[in-house]
Amino acid sequence: MRIMQSSYSPRYILGRIALYGAAILLALWTLAPLYLVALAAFSTRQATFQWPKPLLPTDFSTDTMQFFMNTRGVLDSVGNSVIVALVTIAGSLLLGAPGGYALARFRFRGKEAISLGLLISKMFPTAILAIPLAVVFLQIDLYDTIWGVALVHIAMALPFVIIVTAGIFVGVPRDLEEAAQTLGCNRVQAFVRVVMPLALPGLVAAAIFTFVISWNEVFAATILTLRNRTLPAQVLTALNDSPLYYRYAGGFFMIVPALIFIFLIRKYLLNLWGNISR
Amino acid sequence: MAGIHFQTVRKIFGKTTVIKDVSLDIHDGEFMVLLGPSGCGKTTLLRCLAGLERVDGGRVLIGERDVTDLAPRDRKIAMVFQSYAVFPHLTVFDNIAFGLKMQNLPSEEIKRRTHQGAELLQLTDYLKRYPAQLSGGQRQRVAVARAIVMQAAVLLMDEPLSNLDALLRLQMRAELKRLHAEIKATTIYVTHDQIEALSLGDRIAVMQDGKIVQCDVPMNIYDYPANKFIGGFIGTPPMNFLQGAVNGDGSVSVGASNIAPASSLQAAFAARNGQPILLGIRPENLTLASAQQANTISAHVLVVEPLGSHKLLTMQVGAEMIKVSVAPDQSIASNQDVWLHFDPEKIRWMDAASGEAIR
Repeated sequence: MRIMQSSYSPRYILGRIALYGAAILLALWTLAPLYLVALAAFSTRQATFQWPKPLLPTDFSTDTMQFFMNTRGVLDSVGNSVIVALVTIAGSLLLGAPGGYALARFRFRGKEAISLGLLISKMFPTAILAIPLAVVFLQIDLYDTIWGVALVHIAMALPFVIIVTAGIFVGVPRDLEEAAQTLGCNRVQAFVRVVMPLALPGLVAAAIFTFVISWNEVFAATILTLRNRTLPAQVLTALNDSPLYYRYAGGFFMIVPALIFIFLIRKYLLNLWGNISR
Repeated sequence: MAGIHFQTVRKIFGKTTVIKDVSLDIHDGEFMVLLGPSGCGKTTLLRCLAGLERVDGGRVLIGERDVTDLAPRDRKIAMVFQSYAVFPHLTVFDNIAFGLKMQNLPSEEIKRRTHQGAELLQLTDYLKRYPAQLSGGQRQRVAVARAIVMQAAVLLMDEPLSNLDALLRLQMRAELKRLHAEIKATTIYVTHDQIEALSLGDRIAVMQDGKIVQCDVPMNIYDYPANKFIGGFIGTPPMNFLQGAVNGDGSVSVGASNIAPASSLQAAFAARNGQPILLGIRPENLTLASAQQANTISAHVLVVEPLGSHKLLTMQVGAEMIKVSVAPDQSIASNQDVWLHFDPEKIRWMDAASGEAIR
């Protein structure tokens, strides 16, 4: 008969406990608020004001969510948000992916400066940009339109998309593209038949992440629109003069798509920021 | 048909000229090996022919057609890449058929030629698989099949065997030779492996620093290297070199001994009276002698390595080390002092300063 032996030293076990303890704390830090928001969003209105709060869903109800969804302007703003996000995806990928491809494939003067400039542009605060933009948009009739918001979102997403797609294209070996060229493709055909299919999962992930950026962006959207608001802008303005349960429902509705999308692309997120610095 | 002509081709990367006005004529159906150490420009030269690099000077001709300014797809070439470059998102069948589909051939013909190519490289059982489900050797075959089904008049191979393990490499090498005999396409094969070059090439073009330093049939490259670099690059172990000085009578003193050059070289040596000179000889062209005689030098055995088919000896001659290859049954031990016989006909004399062979 064999005797089971533990091969782990006490030190190792303590280390593991500390690691997992820290991970659990970190997870709770994020998950607890999410849970409480979700709980409140699916409880009755009265339950929102109860104290102490029940930590388990005792009185499940969709009243709160229904109230939120039926509030004037909410459905319109959801529609606006989706349109803005889709336009942002289309615009930033159409402009950004070729840029990323160029950074990944070609040697050219100023390449390093461009890469760095893209990162630096992310440091520029939207707050400083938003007011002058509002003025300009007023002058060219883009103010209070979802197109104006989409334009700003494209500008905000573009550095991200360029850097991320560059990383994706670097991951597709140049040899494959050249092999396609020797097998009868011109550059465009080689891209469409070989690079695109291989880059597609990464590009989809980048698109989804762009969606989340646009869906969550509140500052520019608030300042640049008045009536045609996206959902975050709508919720933000309504926040101060609405009942508590409305805020919970709104918060929950904002969080869910972002959560779902991030969950779907979680395995790409690490790669996304991975390997452009060859 | 499709001979290939490089006419003073030049390629510059930034400030370095990597191909320095190379001219080379390759006959139709020939198997030409571009051989050289890494960084000598051999792959770049191949890529200039493929159209994957633009040349900065000179012309490239395939057949009588000037292809210098044509895109790769218009050059009627097929290429096998070092990394294989099989498309991971396509099955073996679709990989092999890729080039045929690009030509918009009727699907019956695509099928027929793809199966033919698969058969030639023993891939018939794997047509439905994806590259990720294949071994390295099988992926390599896919890359070769994909190039061959194009039936291009010119086949380019960029170190196709360098990623395979030793045994597979040996097997594939013979297979490539058989394939070439079968399809007879003009083939340019880039490698840094001198054994591959000797085994495969109809001719070998040895490159160094962006230039072709010798282009000849393999045995001439091996027996008559044009300079010290080639002698030292080709052969395992490479050629031995010893310092010498030319005497007034046309003989060469190496250490305490005298070696008489082959009679055909006497005129060249008369002019070099008193000058230093380099003696090059291959390990298998040295023989052990029991006593001093003409053209022998005394040597001290340092190491004896029995290698099965032969014994490899490391010997000290004066202050210099040389390698000698002898029969496996030769009785010899380390620390022994022996006489080494130099066959004058097998010695390659070289200028001590330039390293160029004396002819």
